[in-house]
Formats: sequence, C-alpha cells, structure tokens
Amino acid sequence: MNRTLLEIKNLRVSYEVRGTKAPAVDGVDLTLQAGDALGLAGESGCGKSTLALACLGLLPRNATVEGSVRFLDTEVVGAKPGRLRALRWAGISMVFQGAMNAFNPVKRVGDQVVEAILLHQNVSRSEARGRMRELFEHVGIAPRRAGDYPHEFSGGMRQRVMIAMALACDPPLVIADEPTTALDVMIQAQILNLLAQLREERNLALLVITHDLSVLAQVTDRVAVMYAGRIVEEGFAAELLTTPRHPYTKSLVGAFPVVGDPASRGVPAGLPGDPPHPEARPRGCAFHPRCPAAFEPCDRIDPVLERHGSRLAACHLVAEEEAR
Amino acid sequence: MSAQATRSARAVRRTRRIEAFKASARLFARNRMGVAGLAILTVFVILALFADVLAPESRLSVTDAPGAPLEPPSAQFWLGTDELGRSVLDLVIQGSQISLLVGFLATAISMLIGALVGITAGYFGSWTDVVLMRLTDWFLVIPFLPLAIVLAALLGRGLFVIAFVIGIVTWPGTARVVRAQVLTLKERPYVERARALGASDRQIIGRHILPNVFPLIFANTILVVAVAILTEATLSFLGLGDPFSVSWGSILESAFAEGAISLGAWWYLVPPGLCIVLVVLGFTMCGYAFDEILDPRLRKR
Repeated sequence: MNRTLLEIKNLRVSYEVRGTKAPAVDGVDLTLQAGDALGLAGESGCGKSTLALACLGLLPRNATVEGSVRFLDTEVVGAKPGRLRALRWAGISMVFQGAMNAFNPVKRVGDQVVEAILLHQNVSRSEARGRMRELFEHVGIAPRRAGDYPHEFSGGMRQRVMIAMALACDPPLVIADEPTTALDVMIQAQILNLLAQLREERNLALLVITHDLSVLAQVTDRVAVMYAGRIVEEGFAAELLTTPRHPYTKSLVGAFPVVGDPASRGVPAGLPGDPPHPEARPRGCAFHPRCPAAFEPCDRIDPVLERHGSRLAACHLVAEEEAR
Repeated sequence: MSAQATRSARAVRRTRRIEAFKASARLFARNRMGVAGLAILTVFVILALFADVLAPESRLSVTDAPGAPLEPPSAQFWLGTDELGRSVLDLVIQGSQISLLVGFLATAISMLIGALVGITAGYFGSWTDVVLMRLTDWFLVIPFLPLAIVLAALLGRGLFVIAFVIGIVTWPGTARVVRAQVLTLKERPYVERARALGASDRQIIGRHILPNVFPLIFANTILVVAVAILTEATLSFLGLGDPFSVSWGSILESAFAEGAISLGAWWYLVPPGLCIVLVVLGFTMCGYAFDEILDPRLRKR
C-alpha cells in the first residue's frame, strides 16, 4: 500500500510584517507515502513549523501561501473553511510542542480528547469516551486519569495524552512539531519509542519536525534538512545522519556528540552566526556567509536541489564532488 | 442517521450536563464561604418571594397607617415606624422585592451585552474590534446620571426602565475586561490546537473561550449586581425610581427627606442600608466560591 498521502509542490509561504513580505517557506517540494516517516530538521526560523501549519491550513491571516499542498485528493491551499475543518485531525493531526500549553487548563484531559472524536465522528458521547479510554491505555496512561486536569499531569504524561489525542480520529498522517522539546532524555526516549511503535501498529505516516537530529535517527526513515525556507538536503535518515554531504547538514550533525564515540564527546562543533532574516536573503546560496566550504560560485549562483544517487542536495560543492 | 439517533445523543448530553451540575453543587456545598453567602441570598430571595404574605401591601397604606409617626422599635413594630406610621420592617420586606428584581434584571442585561461585545471584539479582532470598542468607549464616557435622567424621562418611570438604564450604563466595564481576557486566550496554544482539531469559531468560543472567561464574567456579575442595587437606590433617591413601588433606595430617600438622621431615627435608616450591604456581601461570597469551582487551580485538594 503505497499511495501518496501528502504531496507538497513548490510551496511558498510569506508573512506580511509591517508592509514587507518575509518569505518563511521558499519553494519546498515534499512527498510522503502512507506509512512513511519523514523528519524535517533545521535551526529555529528556517520554516519548519510554517510548513507544518501550511499542511493543515492553519497559518495566520498575515500569511500568503502559493504553490500546492495535496492531501490524498484534497488541495489544502485555498480550500474552503468547511473542507479544511473536515480534513484537520481526521486526515492530518498534530502533536504540538510543549504539550502543557496545548491543553485547556479548565477542562479535564479526557474531555479534551473526547472533543476531538466528537468533532469528526458521528458517535455518541459514551462511545467517544470508550474510545478515549482505549487510546489512553494505548499510550500508557491509566484511563482513570481521564478525569484529571492538565496541571495534574507531568510533562511526559501530557505529551502521551497529546499523542492519544492525535490518534483520536485514526488519521493517516500525524505531524509532530518538536514532540520531545522540554522533556528530559528518559522521557524523550519513551515518547519516541511510543511514536515508533504506534507508527508500526497503525501504518501511520509521521512528519517529525525538530532541531534535534538524534530524535530523527530514532523514528524516521527519511530526513529533509531545511535552511532559510528551502530544503537543502534530503535522504535516508541513517545515511544522511552518518554521511552528510551538504555543509549545513555537516554542521548540524557535528553539533552533536556521537554516543559510543569518545572522540566526538568533548568537541561538538558549533556553527557561528544565525540563519538569514527572511527579508534579507543573501545573494547566491543562502548559506554561503556561514559556510565553511564556500567557494567561487556560492555567492553568485543559487544552487538547485539535485539528485545524487539516493540523496538530494542543493550545494555547489556536492555537485562538484559528484562531477569529479 | 435518524431523528432518533440525534435525540438519544441529545439525551446523553442532557444527563451529562445534569451530572456536571451535581458535581459542581457538591463542590459548592463544601465551600463554607459560598454556603454562607448563599444562605444570606436565600433569606433575601425568600423574603422577596413572600413579601406580599409577610408584609401585605394593605399595611403600607399611607392614609391608614398602623402606628404613630417615627415610633422607635417595639414589640409591635420590630424596626419602628416611618414618618407616616408604617412599619419599617414591612417596608424593608416589600423593598427587597423591587431592589432584587431591578438588581438581577439590570445585571442580566449588562452581562449579556458586555459578554457578547467583549467576546466578539476580542475574538474576531480587526475592524469588528475597533467598531465595538469605540462603541464601548462611547458608553463609558457618557455621564451616567444625565443619561439615566434623560432615559427615564423619555421612557417613563418604571421598574423595567430603571433596570434597562442600569444595564445600558454598566456593560462597558464588563466588555472591556472580557475582551482583554479573550485577547490573551485566543493566542493560547490550546485554541490553536482546537483549530487544528477542525473546530469552528463557534465551537472554539463555546468550548474554550467561554469556559475560560466565565469566572471573569461571573466575578463581574457580582460587582454589577452590587452596583445595580446601589444605582437603583441612587435613582430612587433622586426621585427617578418607580413612584408606585417601595425599594430600599426609596426608603432611604424618604428617611433622608424626613431628616431621620437629625431626629435620631436610626431604625429608619439602618435596616435598608444593612440589607443592601448584606445582599452585596452575599453575592461576593457566592462569587468567590463559584470562582473556585470554575477554576480548578484555585481548588483546595
């Protein structure tokens, strides 16, 4: 069963801030098959979350969207509000970052999960409650805790409930936006295992957004690295994370010590500088001012995303290496 | 999909609401301050409901008064008599009816307008917000008494006019407070999550915004009831009240006009004043208790 779930074509999103347009996502193509797990990595402000919100048509009013996001046979860009509401959660659901804030503090967590079910399925409240209990069990929360309020849960438990909520309508695709931020390492590992396990059981497609590459290694098969609103490298997770080709990916990978490799322990290499402001994108390759390997064409010609074997990369250096 | 299915879903919802109400009632019963407040209010409500039995209007006749003018409290007249020889106790009991009725009615009007305007302006923002807030400001800066006098003159003097006038002049405060809260609420991640769930504006307002501003609206209600009762007294005092009915305000007015202070007729002044204080206190205490029930974080474990 290899149907295409999500197809993003030449997606451009720009935010209008005080009269000027700042492109946050600048021509992204992505496809996701049913059951796929794709990771989206990059620094803060490179357009990851904007991309995720665009998939659900959730962007704020000051955003303009061009290009196409197709989910099964629905075009999300420019869809009518009613159509969008039907798609949300039933088609694509989302695990939000910082689950503590994604719950209404004055409503019981169980009721908030029930709300998700009732919005999309024509079932009675008691059936929905039954389903909610199953989901709680599934993510490892005792169903009797359903009557508690969000503040009575720990961060990890809230994230579990958040995942239960994401699964409430059995969506084929779950977008996880920084699912493990603000959790400690042990809980992180538990949440990631849970995601991986659910994915296998339910043939769930996952789109995991994070700046933490170790998260992606654990749950995804493919990884796309974003920089300044574009994808600069894409490939199989294991390959890309061990042998990155794009200098930006190299810096990201180099910023993490490798477990089991004492040599890398004390020397996580940082990458100086910040990603460019969307309004002031550098000429040529957007990464060249920070690139340790920048050479002659980089500040003039914008590299395009090209296929090199199983890998896609937008870099003059990679192209040159391949040409040799 | 049949009518029966929808009816059963509705029935399920109804039983759930009843259960939720029972749970809240249990929590309220455990709150001492709330129970005390409720007790005070219950006494006054019962007093108001049975006013015609406890203090029949025949005893309030001006021409056929049962006692001598300004008699101090005695076994016959527990709270003494007024300048016409009527029992002050009877007056106060009768007055509770009008005072409470006007207070509740005015509050209901004020809350409805205030909450509606505040939520609409805060949630939808942009020009809706601008228009509604200018309207609010306009009502906020209109001098209250001239407006009340003009309205009372235009609409005639009556109970409903008084309630309407008070409602119309007290809603802007609520609208402002509610709008401010809604502005912060609508940016909360759970509202974004609700939107990602596919909830419509109506559902988001009903399920997430309203429950979160409700304590605020409620807290405001209490203040407004107090203000409404006091305002009613003020208007009655100025002779803008319903001339045919006795309220605590109008008792105070006649007490003042008859010089009860200089005559030392404290029994004429204190009871209506005390009633106003007690009712306001009762509402405040209930309000705190409700606040605790509606906001689980305030609840003691």
